[in-house]
Amino acid sequence: MQIARVIGNVVSTIKNESLHAKKLMIVQTLDADLKPKGKPIIALDAVGAGVGELVFWCRGKEASFPFKRDDTPTDCTIVGIIDSDAHVYQK
Amino acid sequence: MLLARVIGNVVSTQKNQRYEGSRIMLCRQISPEGADMDYTCLALDSVSAGEGDIVLIVQEGLSASTAATGKAGAAIDSAIVGVVDYVDLLPKE
Repeated sequence: MQIARVIGNVVSTIKNESLHAKKLMIVQTLDADLKPKGKPIIALDAVGAGVGELVFWCRGKEASFPFKRDDTPTDCTIVGIIDSDAHVYQK
Repeated sequence: MLLARVIGNVVSTQKNQRYEGSRIMLCRQISPEGADMDYTCLALDSVSAGEGDIVLIVQEGLSASTAATGKAGAAIDSAIVGVVDYVDLLPKE
């Protein structure tokens, strides 16, 4: 899993029907100091994240596990919302 | 698997229910010599690793979910599966 910031969302009406009624969010992965790292990617939302929130996502086959497992075509899902930017503790 | 150092943790109340009751640790990958590398990731702790410990991270979903929550099939892709006591490395010629 990686920490990321939700920077936007994507609206798509013509899509795989198992993606129906799910938010497609644009997330920017962050490093430990909450600085952007890597390119923005699209993640399916499983916990009701809003734009601007600090979240963490899960990649790979497991990304479809919060949904109907085998027919949800997602490789990246937001699985948690970090309480606030201050809730990332680092020595 | 990754050799990493636990550099902190993350608090998340609103999350996927399989994450309930486990600690989400912030880890930074280290080289076998112990030097910090710039890859960082979140990993679910299953061996009560503390901050500053050198740990072993598995980054494959099935093993990570089984190690971290006892059952496969969770949206977890990284888990701490061991605390490293020391690293034995062949000296460079």
